Amino acid sequence: MILLKLLFKNAFRHKLRTSLTVLGITIAILAFGMLRTVVGAWYAGVEASSSTRLITRNAVSLVFFLPLSYKEKILQVPGVKEVGYSYWFGGVYISEKNFFPSFATEAKAALDLFPEFVLPESEKNAFLRDRKSAVVGRKTAKRFGWKKGDIVTLKGTIFPGNWEFVIRGIYRGAQKSTDETQFIFHWNYLNESLKKTAPYRADKVGWFLVGVKSPNVAADVAVAIDKMFKNSLAETITETEKAFQLSFISMTEAIVVVIQLVSIIVIIIIMVVMANTMAMTVRERTGEYAIMKTLGFGGWHMAGLIFGESLVIATLGSLLGIAFTFPAAKAFGDSLSQFFPVFVVSERTIYKDMAAGFIVAVVAAVFPIWRAIKLKVADGLRSIG
Amino acid sequence: MPGGPIVEIRNLKKSYRRGSQIVPVLENITFDIAKGEFIALMGPSGSGKSTLLNLIAGIDRVDSGGIWVGGVDVTSLSETDLASWRAVNVGFIFQFYNLIPVLTAFENVELPLLLTGLSKKERRDHAEMALQVVNLSDRMDHYPSELSGGQQQRVAIARAVVTDPTILVADEPTGDLDRVSAADVLDLMGRLNIELGKTIIMVTHDPRAAEKARIIKHLEKGVLNDSS
Repeated sequence: MILLKLLFKNAFRHKLRTSLTVLGITIAILAFGMLRTVVGAWYAGVEASSSTRLITRNAVSLVFFLPLSYKEKILQVPGVKEVGYSYWFGGVYISEKNFFPSFATEAKAALDLFPEFVLPESEKNAFLRDRKSAVVGRKTAKRFGWKKGDIVTLKGTIFPGNWEFVIRGIYRGAQKSTDETQFIFHWNYLNESLKKTAPYRADKVGWFLVGVKSPNVAADVAVAIDKMFKNSLAETITETEKAFQLSFISMTEAIVVVIQLVSIIVIIIIMVVMANTMAMTVRERTGEYAIMKTLGFGGWHMAGLIFGESLVIATLGSLLGIAFTFPAAKAFGDSLSQFFPVFVVSERTIYKDMAAGFIVAVVAAVFPIWRAIKLKVADGLRSIG
Repeated sequence: MPGGPIVEIRNLKKSYRRGSQIVPVLENITFDIAKGEFIALMGPSGSGKSTLLNLIAGIDRVDSGGIWVGGVDVTSLSETDLASWRAVNVGFIFQFYNLIPVLTAFENVELPLLLTGLSKKERRDHAEMALQVVNLSDRMDHYPSELSGGQQQRVAIARAVVTDPTILVADEPTGDLDRVSAADVLDLMGRLNIELGKTIIMVTHDPRAAEKARIIKHLEKGVLNDSS
């Protein structure tokens, strides 16, 4: 108990220095947590992906279409439960800065295959009945103040023109990782228009969304689908939703790597600052450690006291950093929801924060502990006077 | 009354390296200290008296020769064994008291008892008794900064005796005290020697302090050349 008291008292003996070090660790852990959350947000689509959903797209590139007729063929593949299809619409609301993901999709299949989009039954039915209707995630609805029944006009970037929709439902995500910014409307609505304005683009889809009976058959189904369309005019690549999402992220992998590197550098910097604090602390207390050694306390006692002190400071800074990460992430996520639809501080990030704090405490204590253990009692006593 | 030797020193040599030079500090020291003795080591600055005290107390290493305390060859012990040995056998009194400033007087006295197998209650009893011996029972919850120099030194003495060590070593115990406080501390050390039979080895510059000892030894340039 006395040693514990000594440890805590030592940690706060130089209040200004300890406060500044704690503040430094708080900021570092906050920055580390935010950067890790950004990385997590990058991978949110991967996290939210289902193991029973496959994506079938054109083998050349996602920008090339697939014929709608493939749907019936895919449905024949053993293990397939349901097939839907979508187009990336790329519409903007009023101006380019008002970006959110918008899809023309086969409405019923989309709602069946994405149970994580939670929509009241009445809104679901209203959406399915009206071909000009749309369903929107609650974050986007909140962002633009949209309510059910509102008429919204999107400007097409891939499909030129002004497209008018009636908001029939506002979905919420079943999980924290569910994207609540999407805008979904009927593929038929788009297709009917294309038949008149750009017939060569009609009856085509961007990708098929394939629901399989169980994750175990996913690989076989993917192989079977691609084999079916081999040597056709539009060969396919079928992959799990996760792999599909990862292929998007791989395009921006360099940015993710840089963010990860910066987050590690932040921790290394605070590690050096903390190590300096601990080194100064131990140097100042050389005499006291010598006295304790004189009384019979050994190297392990010194190590415990110094590491404990380092741990107290690092833990305090880490806990404050973690506590501030939540409101900071919320503010950041709210202001940049168009870029990061899911910006949530995950449990994994908290564990990484704690691990970073612990590593800082360990590394900062190593050199001072070594010095204290190596300290010759007579030399230490001479430093007193 | 003093008994057989509790400290035996034979052919002790010690030198320090200063840059490229080796400076001899103690030359061929041989003497015994009887159990229950109160001995003062005197000599000018740099004569090696503190070094000799440190060697006897096992906080410094000899170059050659032997030191036996209570029959244990201190020079043969490893650092870890030496630390354990000090905890049981040596009580230290320093010139500048060397109390831990963030612990109360009671906690400072209890500190060495943490290394013993005593229960919490036993530790409390021992520490209270030690503070009673130095007449500071009413100051046990005070921090060192709230005590006078003399009181701090008495707390340091309580810390030194609380484990009932084989020997007490004191390095200039009155060097930082005014005359009245110094006299109190010396009286207390005298009582510890006479009433409790503690063996005390004291380094001092002060002839008045040395007078309290039964034996005075002089060190000059590392040589023990006189005894009285």
